Amino acid sequence: MTDAVLKVDKLSRFFRVGGFRSAGTLHATDEVSFEVAPGEIVALVGESGSGKSTIARVLAGLYPPTSGTITFEGEVQGKRTSRKVRGRMPMVFQDPFGSINPVLRVGHSLHRSLKLHRPELDQAGRDAEAVALVERVGLLPGAEVLRRYPHELSGGQRQRLGFAQALASRPSLILADEPVSMLDVSIRIGLLNVMKGLRDQEHVSLLYITHDLASARYVADRMIVLYAGRIVEEGTTEEVIAHPEHPYTRLLMATAPDPRLPLSHDTDVEDLGEPPKVINPGPGCRFAPRCPLAMDQCRISTPALVSLSATKRVACFAVEQS
Amino acid sequence: MKRPHLLRLLAAAGRFLRRDKKAMAGSIILFVLLVITAFPSWFTPDDPAAEIYSPGMALSWAHPLGTTSFGQDVFSQLMAGTRQSVMIALVVGFLCTILSVAVGVTAAYSGGLVDDALSLVTDVILVIPTFPLIIVIAAYTKSASFWTIVFVLVVTGWSYGARQLRVQALSLRNRDYLLAARARGEASWYIISVELIPPMTSLIVANFLGAALYAVLAAAGLQFVGLGNVNTESWGTMLYWAQNNEALQAGLPLWALAPGIMIAVLGSALALLNYAFDEVSNPALRPVTTKRRKKAAA
Amino acid sequence: MTTPILEVRDLKVEYSTAAGPAEAVSGVSFDLAPGEFLAIVGESGCGKSTLLFSIAQLLTYPAETVGGSVKFDGVDLTTLSAEELRQRRWRDISVVMQSAMNALNPTLSIAAQLADACRAHTDWDDDKIAHRSAEVLNMVSIDVTHLKSFPFQLSGGMRQRAMIAMALLLEPKLIIMDEPTSALDVVAQRSLMRQVENLRRELGFAVLFVTHDMSVVSHFSDRLAVMYAGEIVELGSTREVFDRPRHPYSSGLMDAFPSIVGEMKELTGIAGNPPSLVNPPSGCLFAPRCQFATDECRQFRPELITVDGLAVRCHLVNPRVAK
Repeated sequence: MTDAVLKVDKLSRFFRVGGFRSAGTLHATDEVSFEVAPGEIVALVGESGSGKSTIARVLAGLYPPTSGTITFEGEVQGKRTSRKVRGRMPMVFQDPFGSINPVLRVGHSLHRSLKLHRPELDQAGRDAEAVALVERVGLLPGAEVLRRYPHELSGGQRQRLGFAQALASRPSLILADEPVSMLDVSIRIGLLNVMKGLRDQEHVSLLYITHDLASARYVADRMIVLYAGRIVEEGTTEEVIAHPEHPYTRLLMATAPDPRLPLSHDTDVEDLGEPPKVINPGPGCRFAPRCPLAMDQCRISTPALVSLSATKRVACFAVEQS
Repeated sequence: MKRPHLLRLLAAAGRFLRRDKKAMAGSIILFVLLVITAFPSWFTPDDPAAEIYSPGMALSWAHPLGTTSFGQDVFSQLMAGTRQSVMIALVVGFLCTILSVAVGVTAAYSGGLVDDALSLVTDVILVIPTFPLIIVIAAYTKSASFWTIVFVLVVTGWSYGARQLRVQALSLRNRDYLLAARARGEASWYIISVELIPPMTSLIVANFLGAALYAVLAAAGLQFVGLGNVNTESWGTMLYWAQNNEALQAGLPLWALAPGIMIAVLGSALALLNYAFDEVSNPALRPVTTKRRKKAAA
Repeated sequence: MTTPILEVRDLKVEYSTAAGPAEAVSGVSFDLAPGEFLAIVGESGCGKSTLLFSIAQLLTYPAETVGGSVKFDGVDLTTLSAEELRQRRWRDISVVMQSAMNALNPTLSIAAQLADACRAHTDWDDDKIAHRSAEVLNMVSIDVTHLKSFPFQLSGGMRQRAMIAMALLLEPKLIIMDEPTSALDVVAQRSLMRQVENLRRELGFAVLFVTHDMSVVSHFSDRLAVMYAGEIVELGSTREVFDRPRHPYSSGLMDAFPSIVGEMKELTGIAGNPPSLVNPPSGCLFAPRCQFATDECRQFRPELITVDGLAVRCHLVNPRVAK
């Protein structure tokens, strides 16, 4: 087993919420552990409140973790993220209209990334590299695009730019936080193909955060399903898609809109519920209130992730018992 | 990449000024006053301080606004006084803005204790009644020079802008592009100066104009009360002398009215430009012009 | 053949821009039968939202309806005065906006907002308003205790359902929805669509639904219209358009969806960008991006021609009759 690029061990991030008297702790992500191998795309799949974005932001060094260890390229990370690690594990943001400074030219942040993370290049080298990066993600002609302002690019072009920026620092792992969610459906494919290309040709790993199972299936090698801050299922993409074990995974599969499928009616409950905000939680499975298989045990103790095979893990008492 | 942004901003400002009537009016007035400030001798037919004419004369060709009780030419005094008033407005405006930006943006970006401390200072100074404070400080310093007045006005005037800018910086602070800058490893000072402040430019300019307006009126007020240097030429001191010599009762109304009108004119120019810039930074304030196109023949 | 509840003919909307007028909606025509669900699908900037707002007579400067007619129940809305329109709003046509967080007033309770809508369009007394408010909340499966809640206290899905409840207050014959599901998670999305479907069956209103993600409506709409650069390029029954898209743009769109089931294949999407609406190309608007474009396509603008209930705007599907 080659060394993992990223190893996350029992990572938690809590936030204090509420006012002075009703202070509570929001468990945005709770004891999450997973690994990412070199040249692999891992999808973190979940709805709002699942903690997927929090995990990305902690890894990107935007918040310190509340507890747990992050081991990147063999080195355990401390509270402050070093510049080198920021370069090797950059982030691509979700909002094409908010993630680029509107008053600066498009090439500005690319040049900054190159200046900060590629000291071996001189000015001419940086200029050439910036053009190469932008063309690598499909924005042509590179030199002309770099001189434009953000409002002159479309949403899809801006997201491609986001990937070019991430590539500038020669990363081994790119954190992609819902990079296509705010794009029109017809444009997403272009970005998804860019991501596949980065894995196949540049051998870069990606942590792809999304709520869309279909796009996760299209690009990811492995899938991790999150619910209310915890991992509920993990496995290779085909395993999870073909044989979803956890009731929540099954719910996601059943409700994911796919025109090629007939409308499934096994989820015939009118209100399918929503994920909870996990504030000051007690023990017990967090999906139990919505779960068709919930037993008494589920409300009292928290199911741990159990390995069903070399690659498959599920956290569910009902699945364990069968 | 800052210089191209400045040029772009100037070009945009140029286009904008041509389009908006308020901005156009304000800029023209300001431009004229700036010319007078720069070259007062072009506009002063006489030495403003020379008490050589017959006092108390009414309008005439030689003295377009008459003369003072001391025999000075009112018009020359008015033109000469422009410099001090305009300079106070610009210098105080500039210094107040720098202070407001420094405090407001730092407070918003740093958050936590730094924000709490800076906000406390800002709010305390904001709440102190300005005019009595100005009078106290001016009376205390006794020297009443140009720089004293500037100092007094800046110390009392920066806090309003600091609050405004802090709020705007707070709203921009969690934009993804600032997070992206942090994620790629930029230093805080860099993020503040290159990524955070440039999008706030229009509000900062509006702030500058507001501070300059405040300075004009407050300085005139101070000088009128006699707390400025009454021996220099300025509109406020003209008002002081006119008041002291009962100009209105003595039948020399122009001596009192002219400087008052000039103060109002400079104030209006700044206010017009301020309104115009408010519209730039907040599109919701832009006037809704209903342009009616002729409907195409069906 | 029942009379259509909505008849749109040759609707044209222009935006004034610094570079000249941009034609956002170019001559759109379609009918909507009572109780029918028509989905309008297209990329950002294709004019679908503009079309919707034009039909609802809600456009403001710089957009302006410059041609065409919108007949609701036989009455042309474009000819009505503001007062006449106001009397029809919410009774005949109501609107559900894209983001409930933006459309709901964050400082008013749900009850206050429902009451506001009632008072604006009826002269009901307080009792009737309270009764009806509770009724509509029940219809969308929101507990009536939430009448006292504020929008921030409700989850995203509930807020959107509250919007639908508001739209149902006066039993309109047509509800216009502008991407109401785009801010929702997948499960909440499905929940909402099912809710809309059940209500439609029960109350019989027609739905005009605009979205960029056709998989959301694929199981619920009766007919589907595909819009490109301000024109409808294909219009037919949902299943027909999905299973056998005729227009090259529609089939490109269908191919841009990765699927959860079925074999994995490399997808390519549609290359290029939509055309400029200020200076549109002569000839077919899609020709610059179309892999099948011929010289004829580049020269002559195709008409929307209906054959066997399926309307397609393409020379290759409906060859031009040379004049």
